[in-house]
Amino acid sequence: MIEFQHVNFSYEKDRPVIRDLSFRIADGEAVGLIGANGAGKSTIMKLLLGLLQGEGKILVDDVEVTKANLAQIRRKLGFVLQNSDNQMFMPTVYEDMIFAPLNYGLSREETERRVDAVLERLGISELKQRHNHKISGGEKRMAAIATILAMEPDAVLMDEPSSALDPCNRRLVINTIRDMKQTRLIASHDLDMILDTCTRVLLVNGGRLVADAPAEELLRDRALLEANRLELPFCLAGRG
Amino acid sequence: MNKMDKALRELAEMDELAAQDSPIHRLSPTAKLLATIAYIITVVSFRKYDLTGLVPLVLWPVLLFQLSGIPVSTCFYKLRIVLPLVMAVGLFNPLFDRAPLLQLGGVAVSGGLVSMLTLMLKGVFCLMASFLLMATTPIDCLCASLRKLRVPKLLVTLLLLTYRYVGVMTRELAVMTDAYHLRAPGQKGIQFSAWGSFLGQLLLRSMDRAQELYSSMLLRGYHEHFHYAPDKPFREKDAAYLLLCLGCFALLRYVHIAQLLGGLFVR
Ligand SMILES: Nc1ncnc2c1ncn2[C@@H]1O[C@H](COP(=O)(O)OP(=O)(O)OP(=O)(O)O)[C@@H](O)[C@H]1O
Ligand SMILES: [Mg+2]
Repeated sequence: MIEFQHVNFSYEKDRPVIRDLSFRIADGEAVGLIGANGAGKSTIMKLLLGLLQGEGKILVDDVEVTKANLAQIRRKLGFVLQNSDNQMFMPTVYEDMIFAPLNYGLSREETERRVDAVLERLGISELKQRHNHKISGGEKRMAAIATILAMEPDAVLMDEPSSALDPCNRRLVINTIRDMKQTRLIASHDLDMILDTCTRVLLVNGGRLVADAPAEELLRDRALLEANRLELPFCLAGRG
Repeated sequence: MNKMDKALRELAEMDELAAQDSPIHRLSPTAKLLATIAYIITVVSFRKYDLTGLVPLVLWPVLLFQLSGIPVSTCFYKLRIVLPLVMAVGLFNPLFDRAPLLQLGGVAVSGGLVSMLTLMLKGVFCLMASFLLMATTPIDCLCASLRKLRVPKLLVTLLLLTYRYVGVMTRELAVMTDAYHLRAPGQKGIQFSAWGSFLGQLLLRSMDRAQELYSSMLLRGYHEHFHYAPDKPFREKDAAYLLLCLGCFALLRYVHIAQLLGGLFVR
């Protein structure tokens, strides 16, 4: 369970980026986080991961996110960064994928098994031994998602998982997210994907929570979306 | 291709060389590391006029090049920037030390010349040995074996992160120079007036990236402790290799092979 209680945050003095934010995500729920550029989506994720410290309370499974609890909390959360270049730091995809499991004390054999299973599932087994700087942007994105899945975290946070992906890989990622049992928080501008993967959506604007409603309902609300610099998902726009 | 891109590729090529397979690649990193250190100590320990004693030590790198399948040309190509610097160290010796040391076909060779050549050779040998170590051992394995030899964790981590960080910085530079040239077509290099902001941006950007990378490591359970590549056990084969190397170095150091051979012919 993830909970924000009246969280405030600013990078620079007098320029609040997150304002009085409160919400709660139950175990196993898939929640979309949407909002215009600069609305604060990435910041919310970084606050949750303890990469940034704000005011107010953030709880993960009833444990507050504080310096002392970081290791315990981060172990439960897997984060796919908005920029995969910043996520992959080992020379090869394989080495990046075993990084987390080994850190969490898994044996080599178990790690190998997990890595192969994840690569298989994402259909990117041929990337395993490739060098991180010699694969394409989309391939890197798939690899970044794979590194997080290999961690098998309790909750997965994804920042723009579908950007840079071709339609086929995008569909694959959507299906993967849909099949997951874990708690999911997905920030994206790809509202069609959000509609496909999430049951509930949080809409932020200027760091404030504007709406919190079931996906089917919120993503059909043309007026609300347009007031927040967003548009109806393509699949709904055609019909409406 | 961008110059920086090329530099990056070269950096990555080191990783690729190290990932190849050969009898040398298969040896334990610890054995290779110790042998390299022993080799460098041996090379450095020769006296400054002992050119003839030093020359036979070229055999070891030559042998390694052969066994590991790494082309000598790659080595010299990669070292093309450092090599001249190392060679330049002894350049002034002939000016200071003009006392004739030996006669070569009636021409007096000064001590300075001999000591210059000795110094240059020492530099080249040490560089070749270090290159061979890096080209046959992945950096992770090297770090793992440094840890096994009780080098402090902090130093090893620093070494590894520096190695990776150079890549990050070069990549940023590559992206930025590309972006610059796309909007300044026909310009050679970067205009002087833009240097300040360019360097500032570069620093900020690579700091940002380093920060993000570090967060990404922390988020995946990193705790000042790397799980390096699977530890290759130190087998009899490795011990044999190490002992053989040490034996040969000692032999080359204390038995004057060149003189011995020379003696055979002269007598
Ligand atoms: N390091 C930083 N220093 C100062 N301000 C920042 C920093 N990072 C982000 N901001 C500001 O914080 C606000 C929220 O940024 P954030 O990255 O959370 O937006 P976002 O919703 O993820 O946007 P996008 O959809 O473009 O990814 C923006 O106004 C941004 O300019
Ligand atoms: Mg963002």
